[in-house]
Amino acid sequence: MTARDDLIEMIGEAPVFRDLSPDMIAKLAGCARVEHYDAGAVLIRDGQPAETFFAIRHGKVALELAAPPHGRLVLQTLQEGDVLGWSWLVPPYRWAFDGRAVTLVRTLSFDARGLDRLMGEDTQLGYRLLRELVTLMANRLTTARMQMLDLYTPRGD
Amino acid sequence: MTHQSRVRPDQPAVPLTDPPNADPMLPRLFRVRAVTQEVSDTFTLDLVPEDGRPVPFQPGQISMLYAFGVGEIPISISSDPADPSVLSHTIRAVGKVSRALADLKPGAMVGVRTPFGTPWPVAAAQGSDVLFLGGGVGIAPLRPAIYRVLAEREKYGNILILYGARTPEDILFRDELRGWRSRFDLSVRVTVDRATGSWSGRVGVVTQLIKGGGFDRMHTVAFVCGPEVMMRYGVHTLNDHGITNDRIYITMERNMKCAVGLCGHCQFGAELVCRDGPVFRFDRIAETFAIREI
Ligand SMILES: Cc1cc2nc3c(=O)[nH]c(=O)nc-3n(C[C@H](O)[C@H](O)[C@H](O)COP(=O)(O)OP(=O)(O)OC[C@H]3O[C@@H](n4cnc5c(N)ncnc54)[C@H](O)[C@@H]3O)c2cc1C
Repeated sequence: MTARDDLIEMIGEAPVFRDLSPDMIAKLAGCARVEHYDAGAVLIRDGQPAETFFAIRHGKVALELAAPPHGRLVLQTLQEGDVLGWSWLVPPYRWAFDGRAVTLVRTLSFDARGLDRLMGEDTQLGYRLLRELVTLMANRLTTARMQMLDLYTPRGD
Repeated sequence: MTHQSRVRPDQPAVPLTDPPNADPMLPRLFRVRAVTQEVSDTFTLDLVPEDGRPVPFQPGQISMLYAFGVGEIPISISSDPADPSVLSHTIRAVGKVSRALADLKPGAMVGVRTPFGTPWPVAAAQGSDVLFLGGGVGIAPLRPAIYRVLAEREKYGNILILYGARTPEDILFRDELRGWRSRFDLSVRVTVDRATGSWSGRVGVVTQLIKGGGFDRMHTVAFVCGPEVMMRYGVHTLNDHGITNDRIYITMERNMKCAVGLCGHCQFGAELVCRDGPVFRFDRIAETFAIREI
């Protein structure tokens, strides 16, 4: 197996790409690379240009906001099978929070510009991927609302 | 059958022979043996009967605790049913009576009517995977069932304890959860809604823990306990993962007064929580549960 075959296999394993055909996956390999981050490393930083799309293969990433004087506030943790960030897809193409590796993290990382171009050229690929991402966004929105609800405080009857 | 021994026919449990108290309205005297501050607003009272007669109970059953001169409230038993000589109750101080109980010191006396209510059907779950889903103080009523299941570990398939709390500081029974997590024969997942950078665990809602799988959807029984909103989302997510309502049990913590089905204070649709609950099989109350005004 070549390194490219390995990459294609890994892309095929990521849940976010489950709807894509083998040749769509092969196309994605053109803008993908495997990365690893040590615990504590920062993958994305609030305010910085969003140039990468991450699919987490291993480990845990905390999405954080600096909230003085409380220090860093963790909004959510992501793990294997989750994707990190869609700011590369929507203006102003800037990250809205920090993403920090809590453990050793391995990712499939995609060059956002290349991915965006692919999605424009192959609109079937673009549609399928976008549909998956919108589903993820909707789930995140629901869970964020649930977190705001404060589920654990019983309401009096 | 006395009110104290009441169990549903579909929830076979060892009947409670020799009810310790003939009149279910009459409290027995219990002495506070220990008080443990669990988290900032929640504490555990270990109570021993003054007359020394043990109190056999089933996981999920509750006591009516009477703080003398203040009032009486329903609280689930949170200790190990294998030791009926001590009854623990884990209580969140929210109002008049629970705060009065929070002020008690070892040696103080409490009036107790116990045990009441339908239990978690732990025996009926043998042969299945068991998923415990708890939120906040809701892990306390689940704990006796966890003890019982672990005492007969070999009779169950996979065991999962999924627990959500508001912040890391609100996690109940932290040491015990750690101990359970270090075992090789069960899966313990904990998440919080909010944390600062020093927390290295998960952050996110408790329902996301279900996504992690590890259970056979056709053969899993789920025991769910927490505030009602949390249980509503919890049940939906369990359904999404193939666990049907007839294999989901929840506790309804609607406030009750008499605990013996007389006063109607805890009416929930056609059911009385004290008489028919607090543990309900979800398909039996799903319709009522969906009506928000009840
Ligand atoms: C079957 C059952 C089992 C329970 N098990 C436990 C347990 O193990 N641990 C525990 O801490 N609590 C448990 N509760 C809840 C407990 O009974 C109440 O918190 C208690 O009755 C409050 O009484 P109080 O006098 O302290 O507060 P009150 O002065 O009566 O009320 C103070 C505030 O708490 C709210 N409140 C009162 N009752 C409830 C309730 N049931 N749920 C949510 N909010 C309420 C009131 O609306 C008010 O805002 C259980 C309730 C039931 C019905």
